[in-house]
Amino acid sequence: MFSRKILLTIILGCLSTFAIAAEGPNLGQVATAEEIATWNISISPDGFGLPPGRGTPRQGEAIYTAKCLACHGEKGAGKPNDQLAGGLGSLAGEKPAVKTVGSFWPYATTIFDYVRRAMPYNDSKSLTDDEVYSVVAYILQMNGIIGEGEELTAETLPKVRMPNREGFITFTRGQ
Amino acid sequence: MTNKHSENDNFDAEPVASNGLLDRRLVLTASAAIAATGASTWLPVAAGAAPLPVEPWMKTPGAPFVPYGQPSRYEEKTVRTWNTVPGTTGTGTSRTPHHLLDGMITPNGLHFERHHSGIPDINPDTHRLVIHGLVKRPLIFTLDALARYPMESRIAFIECGGNGQLLYQKAAAPVGVQQLHGQVSCAEWTGVRLAVLLQEAGIDPKAKWILAEGADAAGMSRSVPLTKAIDDALVALYQNGERVRPANGYPMRLLLPGYEGNMNVKWLRRIMVTEEPTMTKDETSKYTITRLDGKSLQFVLPQEGKSVITRPSPGLMMKTPGLYEISGIAWSGYGKVSKVEVSADGGKSWADAALQEPVLSKALTRFRLPWRWDGGPAILKSRATDESGYIQPTREKMIESRGDRTIYHANAITAWGVSDQGEVKHVFA
Repeated sequence: MFSRKILLTIILGCLSTFAIAAEGPNLGQVATAEEIATWNISISPDGFGLPPGRGTPRQGEAIYTAKCLACHGEKGAGKPNDQLAGGLGSLAGEKPAVKTVGSFWPYATTIFDYVRRAMPYNDSKSLTDDEVYSVVAYILQMNGIIGEGEELTAETLPKVRMPNREGFITFTRGQ
Repeated sequence: MTNKHSENDNFDAEPVASNGLLDRRLVLTASAAIAATGASTWLPVAAGAAPLPVEPWMKTPGAPFVPYGQPSRYEEKTVRTWNTVPGTTGTGTSRTPHHLLDGMITPNGLHFERHHSGIPDINPDTHRLVIHGLVKRPLIFTLDALARYPMESRIAFIECGGNGQLLYQKAAAPVGVQQLHGQVSCAEWTGVRLAVLLQEAGIDPKAKWILAEGADAAGMSRSVPLTKAIDDALVALYQNGERVRPANGYPMRLLLPGYEGNMNVKWLRRIMVTEEPTMTKDETSKYTITRLDGKSLQFVLPQEGKSVITRPSPGLMMKTPGLYEISGIAWSGYGKVSKVEVSADGGKSWADAALQEPVLSKALTRFRLPWRWDGGPAILKSRATDESGYIQPTREKMIESRGDRTIYHANAITAWGVSDQGEVKHVFA
């Protein structure tokens, strides 16, 4: 590992020398926040990037029934596509792991990020921010992670503690 | 191990490992190959053979020019196969038919694919690459602008993190190399060093990661360590000399040599420089290795050393006993392949294969070894070692260290069983 780091430092050193010497053509246009707002859709675990908005599980259930249930089943039971609920306690042991949003996903912010960018499959990026908060709230509620009356906002969503939050280990070679 | 045979020797080569494996140097010269067959002095003559026919294509003009060439119509079986996610036509994975190819480069039409929401039909004139986040000045690049930058070419494999996953199953799946290991391909990628673009944007000293995002309907996104982005990442515009194919990210994709395929984001539209990983869906709920204790290894980034024999392999029949070339591909996300060994007796004895030049870091390396099949049963295996000293593990060893509750990073030794009828099958042995 140590020698890899040294090598990397040397490479980085050479590269910055090269880049300065080569003097990039500088053909990028400086972007304003307004220009890239529609593309800037990633959400980090601390909530950075979450838009204003709100939603409850009850509001989310109606949207889920209309737009998600056909692929993800009643209350996230799955089939034909990914199961969203259940599977708690199934990650270890001999039986197949049932990896759902509830049993496996470590961050609630990832659900918002993914639903907003990629779902519903045939019409992604079509939900309003309030609708995304609502659907995320319903998925969390069907997993028993939040209560029926709880409202999700940019402030509350990053505070949701996912059951498998401590279930990940950053890989180092040899594991 | 020394080669006892001089160029003029004309006798049967001695095996260097059991069950007929011959010295790898015998593949290098024609006279050595003759020595290996021991058949230069006598070849059978068919009784009453007819004269060779003068075929119609030898007598009439051939077909006219076409704008973009296609393979021979007789090669219609040399195609990708794929599986799709239920309810979709373009989400899933397709596989390279390695058993029908040779060399180190995968033709563009046969490069494996993994799409999360089909193949977008991107207009290159309106496509943009945005670089923002922890930078001094966020930048927007058009394709025309990027095409004016200094270019660099790099021959690199891309392997899906899920390639080889059937090796984790309890029983050997009755499949061949395409179904088992077809999610690895290798191309010459040409593009702009990402480091140059990041440098122009001005990286904040706090930055440690980037987020790379695609313009497909799934907005596929992954976090990449900034060190990798600066070290050898390319924004690739060309694939084997032509513009990157739509299925592989037209008009531009991220190339991270050696890293799992999913991170080589296609249809690249945005790079956000960040302090921490974004924890996207694909780096948390997918592409993590769940161990027996239920904990999951995350950010398993380079693909480990691996090899597989492509010929003979299932779907190809061995015919008469005699001399065959065992051939395959080896690769490592940690550098060059330094050695490939082949066994014909299930791993009891091994012989070093010849590595076909060029042997390049993080590229597919073709290996070859002559084999005199005696017509009896054999179990063929290959085992790669890379320049870091890493040795490709047996399946038992891979499962012993990680368990079998994952589908990712399966790099164990693959075994092909050859029957005395010449049939080749995938076996666990």
